[in-house]
Order: sequence, then structure tokens, then C-alpha cells
Amino acid sequence: MDFKAWEGFTSGKWSNKGEVNVRDFIQHNYKPYDGDGKFLAPPTKDTLALWDEILVLSDKERKAGGVLSADVKTVSTLTSHGAGYIDKKLEKIVGLQTDEPFKRALQPFGGIKMAEQALNMYGYEIDPEVKNIFTKYRKTHNDGVYDAYTPEMRRARSAHILTGLPDTYGRGRIIGDYRRVALYGVDYLIECKENDKLNADGDMTPDKVRDREELSEQIKALKALKQLAAIYGCDISKPAENAQQAIQALYFGYLAAVKDQNGAAMSIGRNSTFLDIYIERDLARGALDEKSAQELIDQFVMKLRIIKFMRIKEYNELFSGDPTWVTESIGGMGMDGRTLVTKTAFRILHTLTNLGPAPEPNLTVLWSERLPEGFKRFCAELSIKTSAIQYESDDLMRPEMGDDYCIACCVSCMRVGKDMQFFGARANLAKCLLYAINGGKDELAKDKVTGKAMQVSPEFAAVTGDGPLKFDEVIKKYDNMMDWLAGLYVNVLNLIHYMHDKYSYEALEMALHDTQVRRFFATGIAGLSCAADSLSAIKYAKVYPVRNEEGIAVDYRIEGDFPKYGNNDDRVDELAVWIVKSFMNKVKSHFTYRESVPTTSILTITSNVVYGKKTGNTPDGRRAGTPLAPGANPMHGRDTNGALASLESVAKLPYEYARDGISNTFSITPESLGKSSESRIGNLVNLMDGYVKNGGHHLNVNVFSRETLLDAQAHPEKYPQLTIRVSGYAVNFNKLTREQQDDVISRTIHSSY
Amino acid sequence: MTGRIHSFETFGTVDGPGTRFVVFMQGCPMRCKYCHNPDTWDFGGGKEYSAEEVAHNILRYKSYLSNGGVTVSGGEPLAQSEFVYELFSALKPHGLHTAIDTSGITFDKTDPQCVGRQQKLLGVTDLYLLDIKHIDDGAHKSLTGFSNSRVLDFAKFLSDNGKDIWIRHVLADGITDSDEYLYTLKNFINSLKTVRAVEVLPYHSMGEVKYEKLGVPYPLKGAKPPAADRIENARKILTLTR
Repeated sequence: MDFKAWEGFTSGKWSNKGEVNVRDFIQHNYKPYDGDGKFLAPPTKDTLALWDEILVLSDKERKAGGVLSADVKTVSTLTSHGAGYIDKKLEKIVGLQTDEPFKRALQPFGGIKMAEQALNMYGYEIDPEVKNIFTKYRKTHNDGVYDAYTPEMRRARSAHILTGLPDTYGRGRIIGDYRRVALYGVDYLIECKENDKLNADGDMTPDKVRDREELSEQIKALKALKQLAAIYGCDISKPAENAQQAIQALYFGYLAAVKDQNGAAMSIGRNSTFLDIYIERDLARGALDEKSAQELIDQFVMKLRIIKFMRIKEYNELFSGDPTWVTESIGGMGMDGRTLVTKTAFRILHTLTNLGPAPEPNLTVLWSERLPEGFKRFCAELSIKTSAIQYESDDLMRPEMGDDYCIACCVSCMRVGKDMQFFGARANLAKCLLYAINGGKDELAKDKVTGKAMQVSPEFAAVTGDGPLKFDEVIKKYDNMMDWLAGLYVNVLNLIHYMHDKYSYEALEMALHDTQVRRFFATGIAGLSCAADSLSAIKYAKVYPVRNEEGIAVDYRIEGDFPKYGNNDDRVDELAVWIVKSFMNKVKSHFTYRESVPTTSILTITSNVVYGKKTGNTPDGRRAGTPLAPGANPMHGRDTNGALASLESVAKLPYEYARDGISNTFSITPESLGKSSESRIGNLVNLMDGYVKNGGHHLNVNVFSRETLLDAQAHPEKYPQLTIRVSGYAVNFNKLTREQQDDVISRTIHSSY
Repeated sequence: MTGRIHSFETFGTVDGPGTRFVVFMQGCPMRCKYCHNPDTWDFGGGKEYSAEEVAHNILRYKSYLSNGGVTVSGGEPLAQSEFVYELFSALKPHGLHTAIDTSGITFDKTDPQCVGRQQKLLGVTDLYLLDIKHIDDGAHKSLTGFSNSRVLDFAKFLSDNGKDIWIRHVLADGITDSDEYLYTLKNFINSLKTVRAVEVLPYHSMGEVKYEKLGVPYPLKGAKPPAADRIENARKILTLTR
């Protein structure tokens, strides 16, 4: 194939007829950059003016209670709304989710009840006709799931041993390869999908029928994508001819996805190296200078910063801070040993300086020991200034995923356009331990009929007697209870994803995948450190159950001390490793929907607060209702040997059993990172290198003092852009609930004096 | 050989260059009024560890220590010189940079055994962080309970042996921050040949909670950390110019 738009590009497999191969295009055309950030340009006047308008809108939104404006009538589709602008004459990259900035779209396909509730909570009424249609005539994902749930599933859900399940909202975490829109143009992508559809022939098994139907949906979505661009006066049917068009086309692809889906995490992929090729070509042609290149990136990122969804307040309590997880993966190394860092990796990170820190897009640096030193130091310096970057080990992921994968949500890696995943929220393994002790009776939830403790699992033999808990007995019962939980959990997810495919299929995102995709079945674990410490207490100290009148163990009396996870002490760290391995092995033993590959993550985002609320007293001494630790973090304040001991405990968790990611949030005061700015940068780079070398997977880096947070809590208006990282994503501190703010403040902040 | 240890800090960034594993030894003869680690005073406290197990523990962090190393602090580490020697000897073959954060108070130049011990330790130690509490002998006595002669002797000993030194000086309002003392200190520092850095450590009151826990009255109750301009002033004076 030979498009005029490809002039100056080196051809390869990617340019052969019938091929869609963005990685090959990148490998043939990109220019690694191993310098520092000195070349970067400040924001243009237009960018600053535009950003000021957004800040004004953000402030109005905050004052309005979290939502500035909402569409109550128009069901969001790719083409549902006319063109919307912040300020048309200033915008280099155009396109909004609705026809006005900050106006939230109506997206009822996940569930009409949720859509209606969300509107009501913010003082809006859903249009009665829309409600009628989606109640009487058009079934939603949520309805489908509830039609099929078993009583046991409902119990597990209401007792919160399974939490955050995507059964009332969009599952998200599916990332289209939006680069394809820019590189090939939509017409060619349609042609390829038409071809795939022709080939999907033969015996019309249910699978084949579904394939054909899904391909038809994908083709329709691609056609609608062209129309979406046309609404803004753009033609994306052919390949992009320059950097502006490439960014614009890529953004239209992403915009179409968020118009189509209100997914939990709507990540954008790995785009900087790809876009750099276009920018470099324009720079060489003299069609662009550094300032205008930065302007394009700034304005692109600005658009990503204002992606918004209409969600219920409980959702924000669970995930907090109105998150969208527009995760953009940056950097990493290539399979051939060249770095994938380009100048545009710097340009994207530089938006944190040009526009100030922000939680979105979720800037994720793929770290390798072999990254160029200049880039490492640039990232570390920005982390110290903004706390807005998360890091993931490229050295850990690359061997299996290659060099064109990206991160969805916080820590879930997938090859761009080749893998998708079924997001599965998480199972509370701390609560599961309490179930093991109490034979599956919930320590907090009551049966509505009898008023007694709710029997959530089938009746298992409980631990009896008031003597100290015996480790061997508890661990055996825990193992059995995990068997039950894993089986139930997998089946709940099988059912949810069947319904999601049926009633809220992500046609546009899947159109930007290969037709034959690998699917991951992404389960998750919450409460790991609490469960490990509890087992350690039972093993190394004496733990006596305290029973209520019903005989349920509702509290624990501990005699003696015990090793705690987070101190690089094998005695307890091995227990954490055992839990992860056992649970994953149990998940693996079950049928998973659509031949998906089972994985698990140790990630809670901020939901550790909500999970903790629903979890009774635990044998490690944690009080009922208090937060569990986030992700794979040690319990608050129990890591007493400094930051590295804490990191090393987490790094021991076996990534091969938690392929969907192991999240760790690291908070430190600037003073504890070193005395001078220079030594702080050096120490942070060193810490990242060491963590990655020793097998760590993910690290959120927060650099701030407790005093700053307390002050921000008292005077939010002074810190409109204070961004902190919480277990896999960043959030504006002001958007956290009071409880979550307290949790963040009380978490281990490493400080030394 | 075992040593009494108070605690470990795996990510030390303020006690020597780069990222350091810091071992806080237990036990110190001095009773400095501004001490922020009173919990390390008691020679009978802490926990006993063998040098071998501590070395093993430290080596688990080797990946992180490439731009730094290991610092033994305290407490007074030189009160357990033999242990520190054994620990550093175990670490040296692994290429780790070693530092000792000391007050020098245990050094007795008239005792050949003591000098011999320190001489031996020099061979496995790359850097000394020497804390000169006060340059005026009378003031030193009142601040710490001891004369500063051994401290100054130790500084000379290190200098004469060509060992790198970072001088540390805690700045406390009305106690150590007068220009007169600072200039005297600077003159003394200038008489040494191997001083590579001078660190002014502003007094802070974060140690106070530890006194409360120990039931020991806090000698500097109500004292404030020095103001920024006083810190700046001290840094200016003590900045090395020869």
C-alpha cells in the first residue's frame, strides 16, 4: 500500500496490504532519545488561555457539588451530540463527550437504574421516555446480570466478600489501539474487518454467530467514528498527513470509546513513541517547531484531563475522586535493546509543568534499569514536584508482553490491540479468613429473616473453643474457604461478562483490536496484608477468639508479638506469598468465560477504605471498620524498618501468580528523600532501579509532607491542583471523601529524622 | 561477635552520601540535651545481633545501595568498635561504601589499645560523619556532660590518617549558634586536612515524644528550631574556605 500521507516513512510489514501492525511501523520509524528535558518548550498563550477556562469550569463544578451539567435526555452514542468546544478559536485538538464542556453524558446501557440514580443524586431528573425505553424495551447489562445471579452470589455481594463487581456499571479496562485510526485511516480498518467477517464462515455454532454479529457491530462503530469526526469538520477516513491530524485522529478514536462506554477505567494506551514519529517528521519538514509541537501535546492532554462520567456517589466512595483512569503508558525498552523513550515521552510528562499537576491522564512510566539516565532523572524530578506519576517494571512485563503493551487502569498490562480483559474487581481475602474461623457466617452482616449472622457460604465447620487459635487448623479451614470463594467469584464474573458482551458490547474499542484477541480474566485480591498479618499473629503469638452470644468470633485477644508484613521478614512475607499463590491456583482451576486466561491483581485503588468498613475485627488486631491497606501495601504503620524493607516485602509477591499487577503506594516526605534536590532525584532513581531489579512490579510515588495534606484538608481552595497517587492512580486530593483523606494522611509516610 | 542494636533504617538518605542502610547501635555515654534518640542511650537496651546476620540483612538491599552504602550510627557506634569492624569487614568484599556517624567521645589517644582498635577500623571505613557538638569546651560539657577534647583528638586522628570526614554540627538557638562559636569551629575545621563536607543540622523537637515515652524530662522543653536566617548564617560561616 502506498498512501501519500506515509511519505517519508520507512515501509515494512506494517505497510503491506491486509496488515494492521502499528508496532512494526514504530520499530521502523521511531527515533530513541537519550538526552534530558532542556529542549522542552513552555505553554503557548492559547494553551494557557484554554487551560484558564478549564480551571474556571473546574471551580464551578466543585462549587456545584461535583457535577456542573448533565444530559438527561440524549443517550450517548458516537454521533449523539453536535460539536462541542471549550473555546473553538483556541483549540488545536477538538472534540468533547457532549456538546458542551463538563456536561456529562447519559450512558444507560450498563444499567438504567444506575444512570437514573446518578442523575437524581446531583439533582437531575432522567427524561421519562428514555427511562421507559430502557425499562420496557431495551434490556441493560445490569438487568441481565440480576436475572442470572444465584442466591449465593447475591449473599456474597451484599456481605461484601466480593466487592466492586462491574455488574451495575461498565467494566472498562478495554483499550482500543487508537493509533490505528491515525496510521491507517478508518476506511482501511473497515475493509480489514469486512474481510474478517467474510472469513468467519462455516458451521454456525453459537460462537461463530456471535463473532459475525460482533464484527458487524464493529464495522458499524467504525462508520460512526468517521461521522463523529465529520461532526467536527474532520475527515479521518484516510491516514493522517501530519502530527496535528495524527493526534486529532487518535483522539477521535478515544473520544468515540468514551462516548460509547462509561467504563470503570477508560485507558488510552501507549501513544508517545507513535506520535513522536509524526512530530519528528513535521519538525524535519519545517512544518512544526518545538513550541507548536508542545502545544499539540498540551492541548491533547488537556482534553484527556476533562473526560468525565456520570456516576453515583457510592461509586465515588469506592473508587474516589471521580476517576476515569485515562492511563497513558510511557517509555520502556524495545525488544532490540533500543529505548522506546522519545522526545514526546518528555513532552507528555512536561504537561505536568505546563498545565500544573493533575490526576488524569494517569501518566505511567514503564521503568527499566536500562532507561536513559536523562529520562530517569527527568521523571524523578517531576515525581518529587508533582506526585503525579506511577511506575511499573518494564523489565518484568516485557519478556512476556513484548514491547508494545500498555497499562489499563492502574497495573493491568495488555498488548495494544491484541489483548483485552474482563475486569473482575476483587475478593476480600481478609474477610475470607474470618469466614474460615466462623464457618462462613458473616461477622457483621445479618440475615434479614432471622436477624442472626448471615450464612454466606454453605455451612463449613467453624473453629470452636476459646483457646488460642491453632495455626494448622485455621490455615486448613482458610484454604477450604478460599476454594469456595474462588469458585464462586469466577462464576460471578463468568456471568457478568457474558451479560456485558450481550448488552453493552464495546464495539468501537474492539474494532480497534485484532479480530482474534487474547482475553484475560482479571480477578483481584483485597486485604492481603491484613490476612497475612492475621495468619502471622495466629502462628507466632497467641490469638484468642472473643465470641458474641451467638458464638461468632467477633474479636480477638492477642498475647505476644508477631512478625508483620512490610519488614522484609520471611516468616510473614511467606504467608502473603502463600495466599497469593493459593488463591491464583484456585481461580485457575475453574472454567473461565470465552477461553480467557485467568490472572489476578493485588490492587484496591482506594476501595480498601470501603472494604475495611465491611470487615470485622481481624486476628492481627485491626479494628472492625478501619481501612485495609491499599493494594499490596503493608498495614498502616506496621512497617518499621524503613522504606526499603517495606518495598522488599512487596517485591517478594510472585508476579507470575499476579499477572494483572501488584500495586504498591509509596509516600515519603521530601526531607526523607535527601537533603538537596540533587540527592533527592538521585535517591529516587536509585530506589526505582533497586525495586525493579529486585522484582517489584508497580510503585506509586508520592512526595509530600503530612502537614501539606492536613493544610489541604482544611483549606481545599489553596490547593486546587494537589494531586496524590493512591494505589495505582492519581487523584485530586480535594475530590476524596473526608474518610479517604484521613486514610491517606494516616498511611505510612516514610520520614526520618 | 554480637552487637547491641537499637534499630535499622533501610532507606537512609540523610546520613552520608546517597541511599544508605543505617544501623542504629544501642548505647551512648553522652547525654546531649538536644539528643533526638534518647531511646538509644541505655547500653543494656536494644537487641543483640551477630555481625554476620546484620551483614546478611544489609546485603539483601545491595541493589538499592549503589549510589550510597551503609552507615553505622547510634547511639555511639564506636562504643562497639569491634562489632562495627567485623560488620564492615563482612561488607567490604561486596563493594559497599561504609560510613560511621560518631561523636568521637570514646576515643582516648593515650590508650594504645583504643588507638589500635580505631586504627584497625579505619581500614574498613570509607567515611566518618563526625558530630562536633560544641567547639567551646565549657559549653560542650554543659551540653553533653563531657569535655570535647576526645572529640577534637579524634578529628585530628582521622585527619592525620588521611580519612575522609564530614563534620556535622547541630544548630540550636542560644546554645550552638553564636557567630563566635561558629568562627572558632570553622578555624578548627580548617586545621583538618580531610574534611569533605560540613553539614549544619538544625535542631528539631521531634525527639520530644521519645522522652515522654521514656519518662525522662526533656531538657530543651519549649526550644524552637532555629530560624531560616540563622541556619543560613551558620552554613555561610562554616562553608569551607581555605
